[in-house]
This record gives sequence, C-alpha cells and structure tokens, in this order.
Amino acid sequence: MTSRPIVEARGVHKHFGTLHVLKGVDLVVAERELVFVIGPSGSGKSTLLRCLNRLEEPSAGSIVVDGIDLLDRRTDINKARRRIGMVFQGFNLYPHMTALGNVTLALRKVLGLPRAEAEARGRVALERVHLSDRADHYPSQLSGGQQQRVAIARAIALEPRVMLFDEPTSALDPELVGGVLAVMRELREDGMTMVVVSHEMGFARAAADRVLFMDDGLVVEEGTPEQIFGAPRHERTRAFISQIERH
Amino acid sequence: MSWEDFALAFLNLEIMREASPILVQGLVQTILLSLLVVPLGLVGGTVLALLSTVRHPLVRWPLMAWVDTFRALPPLVLLVFIYAGMPFAGLELPAWGAVAIGFFLNTGAYYGEILRAGIESVPRGQMEAARSTGLTRGQAMAYVVMPQAVRNVLPDLISNTLEVVKLTSIASVVALPELLFQARQAQSVTYNASPLVAAAVVYFVLLWPVVRLLSRLENRQLAGRG
Amino acid sequence: MTAWERFADSFLNARVAAEYLPKIVDGFRLTVVLALLIVVSGLAAGLLLALVRSLGVRPLNWLIIFVVDLFRALPPLVVIVLLFFGLPAAGMQLSGFASTWLALSLVLMAFAEEIFWAGITSVPKGQWEAARSTGLTFVQTLRFVVLPQAIRLTIPPLTNRTIAITKGTALASVVAVQEILGAAHAGVSFSFNPTPLTLGALAYLVLFIPVVVFGRWVETRFAWRR
Ligand SMILES: Nc1ncnc2c1ncn2[C@@H]1O[C@H](COP(=O)(O)OP(=O)(O)OP(=O)(O)O)[C@@H](O)[C@H]1O
Ligand SMILES: [Mg+2]
Repeated sequence: MTSRPIVEARGVHKHFGTLHVLKGVDLVVAERELVFVIGPSGSGKSTLLRCLNRLEEPSAGSIVVDGIDLLDRRTDINKARRRIGMVFQGFNLYPHMTALGNVTLALRKVLGLPRAEAEARGRVALERVHLSDRADHYPSQLSGGQQQRVAIARAIALEPRVMLFDEPTSALDPELVGGVLAVMRELREDGMTMVVVSHEMGFARAAADRVLFMDDGLVVEEGTPEQIFGAPRHERTRAFISQIERH
Repeated sequence: MSWEDFALAFLNLEIMREASPILVQGLVQTILLSLLVVPLGLVGGTVLALLSTVRHPLVRWPLMAWVDTFRALPPLVLLVFIYAGMPFAGLELPAWGAVAIGFFLNTGAYYGEILRAGIESVPRGQMEAARSTGLTRGQAMAYVVMPQAVRNVLPDLISNTLEVVKLTSIASVVALPELLFQARQAQSVTYNASPLVAAAVVYFVLLWPVVRLLSRLENRQLAGRG
Repeated sequence: MTAWERFADSFLNARVAAEYLPKIVDGFRLTVVLALLIVVSGLAAGLLLALVRSLGVRPLNWLIIFVVDLFRALPPLVVIVLLFFGLPAAGMQLSGFASTWLALSLVLMAFAEEIFWAGITSVPKGQWEAARSTGLTFVQTLRFVVLPQAIRLTIPPLTNRTIAITKGTALASVVAVQEILGAAHAGVSFSFNPTPLTLGALAYLVLFIPVVVFGRWVETRFAWRR
C-alpha cells in the first residue's frame, strides 16, 4: 500500500497586488521524504513555503496537509498548524522568553498542557537539538546556531507531521552552520517529513530525496540530487547551479 | 520685601500645619483619581492600539481621526465641555464622571499612540512564528507581541503616566476636591500662599523620583543612537 | 422638535453662535499669541540651559538639573496658580496672561533642556575631539559639528513636547484670561447655551489638528526611535 502523501499542493497561485509570484506550483511530499527547494532570489520559494501553513493566503489552488484541506473555510487553521512545523531564516525566537519558554508556549496555550508536562516535553525537544543545558538562557545569550536549534525545538515539540525550513542556515556564520545541519540530519533519520529551502548543496546531496528548482514562480525542474546537480536538463537550472557552485 | 515677610507669605509653617488635614484629603483624592484614570487610559489605549493593527480603511481612517481629535483638544477643553456642556443635553454628570470620561478620551488616545508604536516595533516574524505553532491571533498578541511592545516603549509609557498624574490637577477646575483644589481653598481662606507652596512641594516629592528615573531612561535611549 | 433638532438648538444654535463668534475669534488670536510666545521663550531658555550645562561647571549643573526636574514634576496648572494667586502675597501682581506665559515657558524650558542635553550627549566624544584637533574652538565645535547632529535627533521629541505644552494655553482660562476656552466658558454663562463651547472646541481643532498632523509627519520624517 502506498501511503497517502503528507503534503499535496496543486496549482498554487499567489498574487501580491499586480505581482504574480506563484504561477501554478505543484508540490507533493510523501511521508518521510525530504524535498529540497532551490532557486534564484525572488523566485517564490519562501512564498510557497508560507502558503503551506497559510501564513500567506494562496490566490488559487489546493493545499492538503496530512489529509486536512488547508483552504477549506471550515478548517481550524490553528489546529492544522500544530502539524506543520516551521523554521525561519531569522529564527524569530521570542526575545522575552527563555529557550524553554519559547518551546513550551504553544504546548501550554495551543495543546493546553499543564506547565509541568509542557516543560517535560520541552526539555525532551531541547535535548533533541542538544541544548538541554541552555534551557534557561534567553535568546540574546545564545549564538545564532543555538538560537536556530531552539527554533527547531520549538517546532518539533508539537510533534508535527511535516517540517518546513526557510533558509535555516543562511543567517549564520559559516562555523555555526554545521550544528544546525547535523540536527536536521538527525531529524531526517528519525523519519521526519521535511521541505527545505536552502542553498546548502552538500546537505542536499547527502540528505535530500528530491530537489526542486524554482524560477519565476514555477517549478522548472525536479529530480534526484544527482540529476539536478550533476546533469540539469534546463538551461536556467544549469546557469543557477554553476553560479552557486562558484561560491 | 524682607526674608521674614517672604517666609510669612510663602513658607508659613503655622498656616501649613493648619491646612494640612485638608491637603492630606486632597492628596488622597489625587491618588484615587490617578488610580482611576491611569488604568482607564491604558485600557482605552490598548483597545485603540489593537484596532490600529487592523489594516482595513474602514477601521484605519476613523481611528486616525479619533486619535488626532482627542490629541488636538486640550484636556481641559474636553473636561469643561463634558462637565459644563453635557447638562444641556440632559446629561448631568458628577465631577468624577466628567473627569473619568474626559481622561479616558484624552489619555486613551496618547497611550494608544505609544502602544501602537510599540506594536510596530516588534518584528513581523514574531507574529508569524507564533502563528506557525498554532497560536491564535489573540494569543500571539497577548503572549508574544504585547510583552515585547510594552517593553520597547516602557520609557514613553512611564512618561505619559507621569503626565497623566500631573494632569489630574485640572480636575480642580470642575471642583473635584483633589490636592490643587484643596490648596486653593486653603489659600483663599487664609489669604496666604503657603498652602499652594505646600501642595507644590507634595507634588514634587511625589513625582520627583519618576522624573529622575525617566531622565536616565531617556538619556540611555538617545545615547544608544550616537 | 425631534431629538436632533433639540440637540442642534442647544449645541449648534445659530443665533448664539453669531453672537459669540467674534469673542471666540478674539480668544483664538490670544491663544495663538500666547502659544507662540511660549514656544519662543521656552525653547530659547531650554537651549540656553543645555549650552550652559555643556560647559560642565559642577554647581551650576546641579542647579540646572534641579530646576529642570522641578518643572518636569510640577503640574503646569499648579505653577500657573502659584504665580497668579501666590505672587500677590509678595506684593507682586502678574496678569493671568503673564502668569500663564511664564509658567508654561518654564515648563517647556525644562523639557527642552532635557531633550537638547540628551541630544548633545548623544554626539560621540570622538566628534568633539576630532573637531577640536583641527583647531575649532569650543563654540565653533558646538555650532558646526555637535548641534547639527544633535538637533536631528531631538526634533521629534521636541515637536511633540512643544505641541503638548502649547495646548496648555487653555489653562489660562483658570486665571481669567479670555483665550478660546475662557471666552467660550464666559459665553455659556451669559447665554445659558453650550454653543460657545462647541465653537471653542472647534476653534481648538482648527488650531491644533494641523499641528498634530504636522507632529505625526515629523515623527516619520525623522524616524529615530527604532
Ligand atoms: N508580502 C509581500 N508583498 C509584496 N510582495 C512580496 C511579499 N512577499 C514576497 N513578495 C515578492 O514576491 C516575490 C517572491 O518572494 P519570495 O520571498 O517568495 O522569494 P524567494 O524565492 O524566497 O527569494 P529569496 O531567495 O530572496 O528569499 C519577490 O519578488 C518578493 O518581492
Ligand atoms: Mg526567501
């Protein structure tokens, strides 16, 4: 039996005023799959990701996550979002709360767990990102890499069915990137379904099942990492890849 | 004028002692009044600030007109209008009621502007991160955005609160027996300025620590920009 | 008569309006003159104090800080009342107009000094040293290097504070000055009709809404907060 896909987005369009940013994107992600999305700046990668948990309202198309139709008016979006973890480029940690406070807020207010239980689960999540010893630190007392790992813990504490990463390492100093990628690798090995927007080619080659190349609001090409990086079929893909490989 | 004459007219301890019971009554009223109008203004301001996050033009423009109107009207004008004008509309308000309404309208607008600036100072990503974990808009506001907003504009909030407490002195105009009103009564009975001086000293002693605190906070805020 | 007609008859009565409009217009002129005088003298005095403070003479600075704190802590109405009702005890009689002008100028001076001073100290020491090392005098450094940088930073808070304090001109009605509110209030007592108050409120809106909108513009134009 083939399992139902976790993410099933079809024909997604997005307009910002007169700007047509997504022009009919399809994205289907199977359980335990890691899909990697690359593409030039402004091609719509972030917008696509943000549509997948309705931080952006798509203009047209359908999005079903874990069997829930996100665009159905009757869907409780806050309930649905528990199943979709998101990690942002700029971490977006709450600066007025400790690491543990960041992780437990939604556990308490969304899942309604009592404080003790929320903290127990929060500590488990922090352990998974190797930051048990930083639970009582405020974001300003943590390095960028540690902050991003706390942000990952905040998302996985809710036990989501899929995790969305929007350039999780691009705001980090090079020496801090490795720690975050290592945590993402472990997540993947634990069977997490993931959609990752990033330009970390090494990580893509090692961990991605599939790579999508987006340009100008469309998925231009997709395939295994070997195909996309080794033998891109489209001229635009080739140009983009040779450009980032030069860096 | 000799020093003795001056002291007799302005620093007459005998008269101050005689006036002290009613000055204390006045002080109590001033404190009670502040405890009424500050929370009232904060509630009004919070409502206005939350409304200002609604981008819809049907909310935006009336809101802006409301805030600017009540920032443009001097609070005393508002108070006199409510106290002396409303009875003609069949609405006879006690002084406390008139003061409460006037302060709600005026200080609410000011607190509203400050809190709005605070909310705008919180990066959008904070709201998004909170929503992405399933928090509702209201929860995200309450637990994530507002705490940061308040912290970012704390000096302005304290400064406005100081102004509001000082402003309670205009209630004397509508015969609410707060500190200034009582001092004026005592002064007109004794034909001596000492009760007024005493009231001024009370205000100063009460509010000076706040002024010190503010001037530190403000210096730090500006210096951070150099 | 419908309710609206009754309401209009009392609050927007054409006959009463025609009768008292000239008085309100006179009051309007008086308010504008008073406000302008306060702005000029208050800001000038504030700047002067800040400059004196930058000389760094210890006892002088303590005095300045005390005076500034004093007028930040005292309610403006208390200062006005003290000057108007208190000074006669010292054989000095200031008119209501002069009392209000002096009181609000002192208050504006205090706030302006604080803001100017914060602006001056926000200019890094290196700027002073660089300018002095090229042979500029103390005054030249202040005039050409420090003040231009400091003033940019101080304009938004200064504008807002100035607007708030000039709105205090309405307090002059308490000491019998026939500015807008005084004229309006007197009109109500003579005509037994609140229309003069409505006119007065409108006059303040005409005067201050442009000022408030200007303040808003300045705040975005010189956005410095964060
Ligand atoms: N809220 C918005 N309002 C208007 N335009 C927007 C908005 N968000 C994104 N855009 C525009 O949509 C286009 C796609 O943006 P998006 O952020 O999805 O690109 P991206 O592929 O993630 O680029 P990058 O690699 O720079 O992050 C850009 O032209 C951007 O300017
Ligand atoms: Mg992006």
